[in-house]
Amino acid sequence: MADNVKPRVKVPKSAAVGDTIVLKTLISHQMESGQRKDGDGNAIPRSIINRFTCEFNGAMVVDVKMEPAISTNPYFEFEAMVPEAGEFKFTWYDDDGSVYEELQSIAIA
Amino acid sequence: MEITRRSAIAMGAGALLIAGLPVRLSAAAEDAIAAFTGGAEVGTGDVRLIAPEIAENGNTVPIEVGSDTAAEIMILAMGNPTPGVATFKFGPLAGSRTASTRIRLAGTQDVVAIAKLEDGTFVQASSEVKVTIGGCGG
Repeated sequence: MADNVKPRVKVPKSAAVGDTIVLKTLISHQMESGQRKDGDGNAIPRSIINRFTCEFNGAMVVDVKMEPAISTNPYFEFEAMVPEAGEFKFTWYDDDGSVYEELQSIAIA
Repeated sequence: MEITRRSAIAMGAGALLIAGLPVRLSAAAEDAIAAFTGGAEVGTGDVRLIAPEIAENGNTVPIEVGSDTAAEIMILAMGNPTPGVATFKFGPLAGSRTASTRIRLAGTQDVVAIAKLEDGTFVQASSEVKVTIGGCGG
């Protein structure tokens, strides 16, 4: 599925050097588990986002391997340390090969 | 106490009963744990799992895992058709070893978090979640 996938991330505008900030991410995706059946009793094939990563200036913050038990519209909340001004890169990897990216920069206050 | 044939049979039957009691993990869950730990022993310690006691809707159950020294945390839902939920790997810029997400639970079951600590040992925490409406869409 490549339609209606919309990533949303919440990153503070600025932080002090060395600060720990909270990041919240959500991406709209139906996360079809492969367990459900349609009206005729046929299994609906699995179609999920199987990996999510967050990097800051190329250094990894968190790398999540996702399985079908993650809810529709996957939501993650975690913390990152900000050593300098730069850019957060959020990446979601879909089963169908699509990659969704979102960039957010943060300034040093 | 003198051991008679009768008491020996009774003790043997009792031992069998106790051995059969521990909850059998599903084979898939055992495989997932073995793949993560490489067969290492899993103790208890520095890992937290915060899950609701009762979830009305199994389609979206908020959970939080945390640890002070974990490099990776794997979450398993023992009663789901596929037990794997997610594995968090914390990188050098992780501000803390905590993360929250929302998961699906097929029914009332134990949710387990297994953490690989920086010293290479494995610890786990578990929490039972009572689910009113399952989240697998049967």
